[in-house]
Amino acid sequence: MTLNRRDFLKVSGAGAAVALTGCATQGGSAASPAKAHVVVVGAGFGGATCAKYLRTWGPNIDVTLIEPNDKFVSCPISNWVLAGMKSMDDITHGYDKLSKYGIKMVKDYVTAIDTAKKVVTTKGGASIGYDRLVLAPGVEVLTDSVKGYNEASAAGKVVHAWKAGPETALLRKQLEDMPDGGVFVMSVPTAPYRCPPGPYERACMVASYFKKAKPKSKIILLDGNPDIASKKGLFMWAWNTFYPGMIEYRPNNAPAAVDGSRMVVTTEFDDVKADVMNVVPKQRAGEVCGLAGARNDSGGVWCTVNLATFESTTVPNVHIIGDSVLSNLPKSGHMATNHAKVCAAAIVELVAGRQPNPIPVVANTCYSATSETTAGHVANVFRFEAGKGYVTQPDGGATATGDELNFTYAESWAQNIWTDILS
Amino acid sequence: MYKKTTLILAGFAGLALSGLSSAADVHTKTIAATCMSCHGPDGKSLGAIPSIAGLPKDYFVKAMQDYKSGKRVGTIMKKHAAGYNDAEFEAMGAYFATLK
Repeated sequence: MTLNRRDFLKVSGAGAAVALTGCATQGGSAASPAKAHVVVVGAGFGGATCAKYLRTWGPNIDVTLIEPNDKFVSCPISNWVLAGMKSMDDITHGYDKLSKYGIKMVKDYVTAIDTAKKVVTTKGGASIGYDRLVLAPGVEVLTDSVKGYNEASAAGKVVHAWKAGPETALLRKQLEDMPDGGVFVMSVPTAPYRCPPGPYERACMVASYFKKAKPKSKIILLDGNPDIASKKGLFMWAWNTFYPGMIEYRPNNAPAAVDGSRMVVTTEFDDVKADVMNVVPKQRAGEVCGLAGARNDSGGVWCTVNLATFESTTVPNVHIIGDSVLSNLPKSGHMATNHAKVCAAAIVELVAGRQPNPIPVVANTCYSATSETTAGHVANVFRFEAGKGYVTQPDGGATATGDELNFTYAESWAQNIWTDILS
Repeated sequence: MYKKTTLILAGFAGLALSGLSSAADVHTKTIAATCMSCHGPDGKSLGAIPSIAGLPKDYFVKAMQDYKSGKRVGTIMKKHAAGYNDAEFEAMGAYFATLK
């Protein structure tokens, strides 16, 4: 790995300009007692982690964390709730332990962001100024993209359950109420989407439940992608080993419409009759990224950032972390926490008038359960190189099969990462 | 590799506008924090994944080198160890050795 001076300037140029501007407009932290104020929007994997590590590494920084929900509900492990292996309580955690870091929690929705004046406005009427803003909203699920989805959803006939919460509990109930011999139809959005292995793990978890409780039932997986998008070997192994004949996999079958009264999912090819419908529409960067004008990729869908600092390439002083970011890094909760740590470290340096680390390293670890006792994983390390972004390091990748030790580690991973981000 | 990384970090520190925290420390604390996602806050695990807080530095460095080379076999650690260099193993080992 080498970094020549020209490359270094490429990485640091934007940050340096911002840091100098910051010193000029704020009088500099050394000359003025005013503390930098960082506002973090969204207290999921990324946002909660960023707030905690900003206060840990930058005790002189004031941090406000804005989150509309009372509690954190984890998407990882939420598929296990569908299998009846975990309860909603198991994946739900309070924010109370974050207060010991001196984070100011604001329970509210952000309704406007003035990036010129550096002010965030909330639904509750508060105007909150910032020196730097971190947006960690996760994804916005584009339910309008599937005809009939919103009507069927309002009638309780279809859920995506791609944000863990009430829809997770509803989907579990629908699966429990479904008669033996019923058909569960689930769709996979076209990549990129949150949690690439998630849909296939969900198929495993629902199949695990059916095998035990209603073995005549069937799963039809309508994939918008041409092939299994993540951990293909692992999931093919699991489906063939544990659930032979139960899962019908149909590639290139994105749902165009759903009909809640007829319980039908319509693809380009045919109408698929369902007893339980779980359609996961395509996604884009969360709403607040739109408010900040930070959905700045070619399609206006995701956010492009300086990946060494996670600052927007077009909106100064606004950092975006987690699933909303356009990059080669997988959209996982684990990865969001790594974005958050790199971003927090960078902000601590920037507000102090120093250069952020030009060679950050991030890692992804993602376990998927394949049955009630087995799991596999994918793991990779990515090193930032100027001009290249995050370069995938050798010898990473996914397991070809699942086993009990990985299942034990998956549970332990969840406990440890929840603790790392929330306490 | 050790030399090269040290040089990069040293050069980077020289470019910093003020030298209050060393660039090497920033890099170390950030990569050490990536371990905590699985091994728990400050490397203290609550469950089956082993804790790494307080491990002797030499043990930590050798374990990572052996995972990377394949001499030590685990479930996931080769995939992580493969992404870091010896200078980083040393820095992370020194860091976690201080956490009790």
